[in-house]
Formats: sequence, structure tokens, C-alpha cells
Amino acid sequence: MKNDTKPISRKAFMEELRRYEKGSVTRRHFLGVTGLGTAMAVMGGAMPGLLPTRARAQEIGDRVVLATWPNYHDPANFDAFTDATGAYTQVNVFGSNEEMLAKIQAGGSGWDVFVPTNYAVPTYVEAGLIEPLDLSKIPNYDPAAFDSRFADAGTIDGVVYGVPKNWGTTGIAFNSDKTGGVVDSWKTFFDGARDQFDGRAMVHDYQLTTIGNALVYHGFSFNSVDPAELAQAEKLLIDVKPHLYAISSDYQPAMRNGDAWLTMCWTGDGKQMNSDMPEIGFALGKEGGEIWSDFYAIPKGAPHKEAAYALINFLLDPQVNARESLAHGYPVADSRTNALLPEELLNDPILYPAAEALAPLEFGAAVTLTDPNRAELMARFKSA
Amino acid sequence: MAMTQFRARALLLTPAGLWYAALLLLPLAVVLIFSFGERSAIGGYAPGFTLEQYANLPARFAAFRNTMTLAPLGTVASLLIAYPLAYFLAVRVSPKWKTMLLVLVIVPFWTSILIRSYAWIFLLGGKGIPALLAQIGLDDVRLLNTPFAVLVGIVYGYLPLMVFPIYVALEKLDKRLLEAAADLGTPPWRAFLQITLPLSMPGVLTGSMLVFILLMGEFLIPAILGGGKVFFVGNALVDLFLQSRNWAFGSAVAVALVVIMLITVALYTRAVKRFGASRDDVGLM
Repeated sequence: MKNDTKPISRKAFMEELRRYEKGSVTRRHFLGVTGLGTAMAVMGGAMPGLLPTRARAQEIGDRVVLATWPNYHDPANFDAFTDATGAYTQVNVFGSNEEMLAKIQAGGSGWDVFVPTNYAVPTYVEAGLIEPLDLSKIPNYDPAAFDSRFADAGTIDGVVYGVPKNWGTTGIAFNSDKTGGVVDSWKTFFDGARDQFDGRAMVHDYQLTTIGNALVYHGFSFNSVDPAELAQAEKLLIDVKPHLYAISSDYQPAMRNGDAWLTMCWTGDGKQMNSDMPEIGFALGKEGGEIWSDFYAIPKGAPHKEAAYALINFLLDPQVNARESLAHGYPVADSRTNALLPEELLNDPILYPAAEALAPLEFGAAVTLTDPNRAELMARFKSA
Repeated sequence: MAMTQFRARALLLTPAGLWYAALLLLPLAVVLIFSFGERSAIGGYAPGFTLEQYANLPARFAAFRNTMTLAPLGTVASLLIAYPLAYFLAVRVSPKWKTMLLVLVIVPFWTSILIRSYAWIFLLGGKGIPALLAQIGLDDVRLLNTPFAVLVGIVYGYLPLMVFPIYVALEKLDKRLLEAAADLGTPPWRAFLQITLPLSMPGVLTGSMLVFILLMGEFLIPAILGGGKVFFVGNALVDLFLQSRNWAFGSAVAVALVVIMLITVALYTRAVKRFGASRDDVGLM
């Protein structure tokens, strides 16, 4: 109580200033502990011109529109962003890169920030739908701190179009009480779906992963667009279809209530289900599968471009990014952020699988996004 | 005088005219133009003039087949459930209860169909009705993510649209006709077949048409209760526009769907004429 009312000592103030300069505390924390925030608010009340939020609200506007994936942020961070800048974050949630691309292609999406996956970036660049990033406006992005495996896809011909958000994998989630053990191969997944797991397996309603993993089953590349290889994948999928529980990317409810026993699954979903129900495990397919990386990017013609830069920079603040990761359970490629995360998370085999489990995985290739044969194959599979 | 009348009419019709021009005719024209175009290399629309998209329509045969099977089936099932209900409400219930019962029929509309369909996921899922059936010895019944689940969702969702037109037709029925028939010794079942049913046909046809047309474009219920395995034309359209982004082909599928509906409406109009109903009686269409 006494400390709260007493002004901060000179020494403590200088220590806090150093920490703030080094970037180990946020501006908000700095203003809070030093009392400068209160001082500014009081003075701002008397002299409105001094009020920072108002001044900056004019700079970046009062809102920023974000197009992102489900369960992919800590809502508290958006509130903190509003407190710090006066800009409100309007969140639009999408189910696939294809859907996002369709909305941007149609024009007038009104988005300021979106989160394309590695394999979608080249298409956006080719179609001129994505803004080259001015990195001077994203000081929190430190390329040296990021694992280049997950950062490279954001840069095309030396131009940076996206800065890394999170990375992850697409593996298999299984309920070991029902499956009687670990399911860690696409062979077991697809063969089991027609046998001991009849009516209990789910595949994504998503051509990239569903077709990709059927290709991997046959020993082909996850990214193949070879007609003969696709034909074999199609035969497998159509053969399996009557035995599937569902074709849906919304697999958590069915897994949690026990109707589905195993499903294709993204890292964060696997982590979320495993935390609540330890009997639900997550494994990568031995034969291969997908590894991916998402990026923050700005679409051409973003209506609130300054706010877009401010939001990206804010979310890449290691403190903020760590809170994001704790909320959604997807790994981050930023060593500064990882330094702030608890040890057990960094050792979690779902988030950070062993190198040899990751080795057979492939990044999605740009061609899969636009290949008409894969799209038609998916339609035939779904309507069969 | 005539001039003023003309002006007043023009003025009153302008909002509706603009509305339909901007939000119905214009989009339809765009869809028609797109259907002769091509898919650009990265997806979306590329201008062109080709009949390729229409030639490719058989690629969505299964989707049309599923829709053309479940839409009539859903319409007939709704009718079989709705008619007795409407009859009961219009003819048998005392006026005291009528309003309240009618309101109860509408009540489900107060909640979004999306949420109501999700509720069915829990009812039909492993912890719902199948769990109850297991209690009486029927093990491992799978209901969710089957065509049956989609049919249940359809009938549930569209029932009120069937009940009301039939109710209105039966409500208007002149009860003296039935009394006269009884006086002349007609048994009740015959009076129903010869008087009540024919006179309620306009309502039956209107309700069936409303339900059928909406079902032809349905995509939500198959996606939610069919587990993505029951694929309607509506689902094909969603995928073509949002996933594979083949807007030209998607437009051709949409045009084909519109044509099928136009043919259905034409058949409907002829059926209505056959039953001798004047256009006014079929107000909803």
C-alpha cells in the first residue's frame, strides 16, 4: 500500500528504463511501474493534447481487421493492444487457405492483417494480392531470432511478404482407450479405418491434408500432382469413405465425446485435446505428412495499414507471443519467445516433436493450392 | 387522374424494382456470364466464351443425384408430418388453444438453424439417442453423419414452412360442405378424400414448393448432420467457390440448379391449374 502511493525511487526508475530499453519488459509494464502512465493520464485529462491513446488513435486509426484461423490467439492480447494503441481488433475466422484466398480474390475483403500458410504465399505474390512488408515498422521482428526453416517461406525473391507467426504439423490424434495404443502411421490410419476402427476415423475436409496423407500412405510425396499417383490416392479415399465417421475439419467435438476414435489433426488441436483428456494422444505419421508455418501478412489495399503494422509488431513482442503460445498450443520459431515459455511446454513432444519424427514431413507446395485435379478429386471423394 | 395514378404506382414500385434489379437480376447476370468463362490458373474467374463448364456438369452428377433424392424425400416426409398437424390445428383445436399452439410451431424459428442443427449433433451422436437405444438392447446404432440424420434435420428445419400454408387452406374450408356431405350419408373418410383434401391442395402445393425449392439449395444441414459425407449441390457450390475457386464451373452448376428449379415451378403451376385453384389462393407463390 505504502509503495503504491510513493513515487518510484530514482534507482528503480533507471533499472526499469534499462529493462524497457533492452526490450525485456513491455512499454505498458514500464509506464505502469514507473507511474509515468498515471502521470500521463492525469496530465492528459488536464491537457487532452498530451493523451497518448488519442494522439496515436489518429495515427493508426481506431480499428484493425484480422483474418485468422480458429483458436489461434489469446483474446486478452487484443484487449492489451486496444489499451496500448486505442485500435480495436476485429477478428474474422476462416477454415482454409483456399477460403481466405477466395475472399481476397473476390476483392473488398477489408482485411488489414491475414495469416497465410507457407504454401499459399507464392500464389498471393503471383496474383499481386499481398503487400511487401516494411520491416522498419516491425522492430519486434528479429530475423536472427527466428528459425529460418519456418521463416524462409515468407520471403520470395528477396522481398519479405510475411513474418512468421507459428509453425506446426498435421498428424494423427487417437483415443488410446479405444484404439488400444498409439496410431503413428498412415498405413494403420487408413487400413484401420476400414477394419478395427470402422466408422470411427475422421479425415479433414481439406484437399491438402486429406489427399496428401493418402498419397503418403502409398509412399508418394505429400505434394504430388502426378495424375497416376493422384489416381491411387483417390482409389484409397473412395474405398475408405463408407467406413469414415466424417469428413470434417471440426473434429474436436467428436473426438472428445468418444464418437470418433482417431482423426487427422493439427498440432494445437492435438495439444488442446491431450491437455483435457490424456487418453487422447497425438503422433506424426511415420511415412511422412505435413509440416507448416503460418505468417503475418498484409493484403494489398488494406484499409488500416498503419494499424496492421502496429498489430503485427505488437503480436511479435516476445512477451505477447509467449502468451499467445500458451493459449493456443502451437509452437513458435522465435528463440526470444521460447526463452519465456515454461520448460514443460518446450519439452512437450506434441509441440516440439523429436527431429527424427519431423524428418519425413514435407512443407506443402504452392502447386497444391491451385492444382485443378486435386480440387476435383476432393469433390469426387466427397460426393462418392 | 390517370397520370397521378400511374405516378403513384411507379413511385410505390420503385423500391422493390431497384431491390430486385440490384440484388437479383444483376447477380444472376454475373453468374450467367461467369458460367461461360474459364478458371484462371490460380483459381477465380478468367473471361472467355466456352461451353466447357456446361460440358463438365456430369462431374457433379452425384451431387445433383443426392439433392434430387433427398429434396423430394424430405418434402414428402415433411408433408406427411405436417398435414395431420395442420388439420388438427385448423379443424379440431378449440379456439382457446389455437393461438398458443400456432406460436409453438413458430418458436423454433426464434433460434438460428445453425444452432438448432448443432443441437441435433448431440441428440443423434453416440451419447444421445443411440445411448438410449443401447439401454433397451439395441447396441451400436449409428445415426449421426448418415443420410437419415440429414433427412431428420431437413424435416425438423422445414416443418413450419409446410404447416402454415396447409393450415391456412384448411382454416378457410367451409365446414357446411362437410355437414351437407354427412347429411347426404357420406362416410367421414370419403368426405375427407372428396372435399377436405382437394380444397386444401393449394396449401399442400404451396408448402411443398416452398420446402422443395429451399431444400434444393440446402448446404448447411448436410454439412453438419451428414458429416461431410452427404454431398448436395449446395455443398458442391460452396466448395467450388471457396475451396477450389473454380468460379466458372461453379456458375455453370448454379445456372443448372436454377434451370431445374424453373422447370419444377412450371410443373407446379400446371398442377395448381389442374386443381382449379385461382392464382389468389396460392398467394405465397
